[in-house]
Amino acid sequence: MFPRPIQDSSRSRQLMYKIALPISLVIWLLPMIAIVATAGRSLSDLNYGNYWGIPSEWAFVENFSAVFGSSSIGIYLLNSVIITLPSIAGALFLSTLAGAGLALYKFRGRFLILALFIAGNFVPFQILMIPVRQLTLDLGVYDTYWGVILFQIAFQTGFCTFFMRNFIADLPFELVEAARAEGVSEWNILTHIIVPLVRPALAALAVLQFTFIWNDFFWPLILIQSDELRPITLGLTTLKGQYISSFNLLAAGSLIAALPPVMMFFAMQRHFIAGLTLGASKG
Amino acid sequence: MCRSPFPNLGVSMADIQTLSGNRLRRDTDFFRKNKLVIMPLVFIAPAFAMFSLFVIYPIIQSIALSFTEWQGIGPKKWVGLDNYRLLLGDPVFWTSLVNNVYWLVFFLLAPVLGLFVALFLNQNVFGIRLVKSLFFFPFVVSQIVVGLIFAWFYDPAFGLLATMLEPLGIKIPAILANEDWATFGIIIAGLWPQTAYCMILYLTGLNSVNPEMIEAARLDGAKGWQLLVKIVLPQLRAATFIALVVTVIGALRSFDLVAVMTEGGPYNSSNVLAYYMYDNAIFRYRMGYASAIATILFLIMDVYIAWFLMRLLKSEKGAS
Repeated sequence: MFPRPIQDSSRSRQLMYKIALPISLVIWLLPMIAIVATAGRSLSDLNYGNYWGIPSEWAFVENFSAVFGSSSIGIYLLNSVIITLPSIAGALFLSTLAGAGLALYKFRGRFLILALFIAGNFVPFQILMIPVRQLTLDLGVYDTYWGVILFQIAFQTGFCTFFMRNFIADLPFELVEAARAEGVSEWNILTHIIVPLVRPALAALAVLQFTFIWNDFFWPLILIQSDELRPITLGLTTLKGQYISSFNLLAAGSLIAALPPVMMFFAMQRHFIAGLTLGASKG
Repeated sequence: MCRSPFPNLGVSMADIQTLSGNRLRRDTDFFRKNKLVIMPLVFIAPAFAMFSLFVIYPIIQSIALSFTEWQGIGPKKWVGLDNYRLLLGDPVFWTSLVNNVYWLVFFLLAPVLGLFVALFLNQNVFGIRLVKSLFFFPFVVSQIVVGLIFAWFYDPAFGLLATMLEPLGIKIPAILANEDWATFGIIIAGLWPQTAYCMILYLTGLNSVNPEMIEAARLDGAKGWQLLVKIVLPQLRAATFIALVVTVIGALRSFDLVAVMTEGGPYNSSNVLAYYMYDNAIFRYRMGYASAIATILFLIMDVYIAWFLMRLLKSEKGAS
């Protein structure tokens, strides 16, 4: 193990480590702690200039209900859900198919196709922006949920295909060969043998994609105009203008926006990290 | 009893035989002979069609658009390289390009810091799992929220940073309203989640470091820094590679933080290519000019994409 386990060092060093750990954590999360503290501060404290002192009262409940009551944040959250879930389902479906196609068959050009999927995922969004906006206008899905959903499915399919292809390529190929020798159709091999085995990969991807798509700001900014269709990331910029002088409410709104992916991360941590670090331990 | 040849996978020979019974007998000879060619095409086609329509084709369209003048509506006028010539004389373009270089250079601190945080946290003490998660979680938060958090943190009148530094006699400028500081203020905000990301890559990498090699090196008297550089880092190459790729791409893609923290201001001093492109297209209807900016950003990024792909495909081809 590197570095040397702290248990092997002297008592005093162990104690130092145990003290340093929470201190470093507090410093690391200081901006976050500041926003949480602000979200619980009452307007009167802010008006009296009491930004960081001991608050005269905690106003978490008041602030959070004020945000829900005075802004469209509930609608923004719902919009985020409406956009995120179908996007994940679509990307996972397409990429399981394509990943299997690229992993289970040896044909010329398969590396080229894989390379296109990977490369496409790294391009700057700006090189896609104007034509994609035009495309959604032509398809009649500009300023609808579908515009963003279709784009997210297409774009995320790149990364997901790469991920699924690697995962399927690591499965024992003899399994597929045995099935083929028995005359099992290729479609049944995929649905009955491969799909049950890639469930962990699908879970990892789903969690990862949830945070990517939920937190995406650029595409709804480009493809959605109506306020009532905006997802939460875009909604926050509306809130920023609305709560220009009441930062406690903006802070509360930010926390609400951050909560779903954070909860998803803590609930599905193992899957999340497996998804994020695929390839970091191999290759 | 038919014993499964694949005991750990929960698939038995009997399952496979049941499946083969379900096979469609209607398969034509042609299909049966060529199914290993046809099926992959069928599997890949939907994903490839979507990806081509929304990603690959738009790239070509954008590059073509960069040679035209277009207001987003009406006819496009072919202007050859005029947009690129205009760019060369545009001071905001140069500011944005230089800022992108700053982003790139300072963002490379993320893998370094991430490595040190990972080394610091790679211990087995009570509660360490929670501590690791809490260190990681800035990455899970939307960049828009990170931007708002840091804007509040930096605020010269009410921000926590100013409040903490005041008793020490340090007065900070209004970071995001200052032409010299704004870009760095945004980069630091960006480094926060990026460092968390690199940290998790390194923590995973450290898990798979060969303990025997470490012990052997320790017996040979290697320790601390020397051990890290000579024995541990070479084993973390895969993690370093991924960390570098995601960090470079992240630096060049920077948009959200700029949009929410400064909108490129004051006086374009914190602009970056990604935001300047958006600004030209959406607020000034200069689609051709905006496409030229996007094309340049795309070309810069291509260098890294090509490097990444070459390494990746080399290891793939070596494996198969």
